[in-house]
Amino acid sequence: MKVVVTTEPFNAWEYIQDYEQQMRSQALQWGAVTTFVGTMRDFNEGDDVQAMFLEHYSPMTENYLEKISQTAMFQWEIIDTLIVHRVGEIVPQDNIVLVAAWAAHRGTAYEASRFLIEELKHNAPFWKHETLTNGEKRWVAANTSGEAQTKI
Amino acid sequence: MTVTVKFFASLREKVGTGSVQLNASTPLTVAQAWSQACNETPLPSHVLMAVNMEYVEPTTVLHDGDEVAFFPPVTGG
Repeated sequence: MKVVVTTEPFNAWEYIQDYEQQMRSQALQWGAVTTFVGTMRDFNEGDDVQAMFLEHYSPMTENYLEKISQTAMFQWEIIDTLIVHRVGEIVPQDNIVLVAAWAAHRGTAYEASRFLIEELKHNAPFWKHETLTNGEKRWVAANTSGEAQTKI
Repeated sequence: MTVTVKFFASLREKVGTGSVQLNASTPLTVAQAWSQACNETPLPSHVLMAVNMEYVEPTTVLHDGDEVAFFPPVTGG
């Protein structure tokens, strides 16, 4: 179980590779790895976004992410979890968040990582402050629901 | 008792400060701490609150040395 909150740009796949190296002794036990990587868009609510500042409440943020990781480990039969979240100045295409879960089977890995990203989105104390290409600055009022937008 | 009150994000900008110290002779609830720190402005319903970095309700009673935080809905991830 690992939680990282960083001001530095990060490569999600390097984090996963490094973490798997550390877990090598358990490698034969896992049959599924789910990853969610959230990246910054260059648009939001119909406007072009140039940059973003991500504020957070440290160490409540880290404490909260550790708490939900422990809850996931308790609730599902998962082997391990990894959460990385960026704070500070961010530009479009940068990774904002990585959530990964390792489990014997895909069902538990999917469910645990869905739980982690939804809890993070709804309760972890982070706030996005956008700078639009026209120079306007604004706080993002709320996160989207996370429900899939079905197209048939 | 002395408590530290913190404000984050858009709420910090509205209140005009990130942190204030409150002194009180009787125990305060979280809602009372908001009133004292914000000149009796009503506590907006969407505001979230934490004491010593754990989510709480407005009726939670504060203790000497506590850190209480008020902030808008979160938008991470």
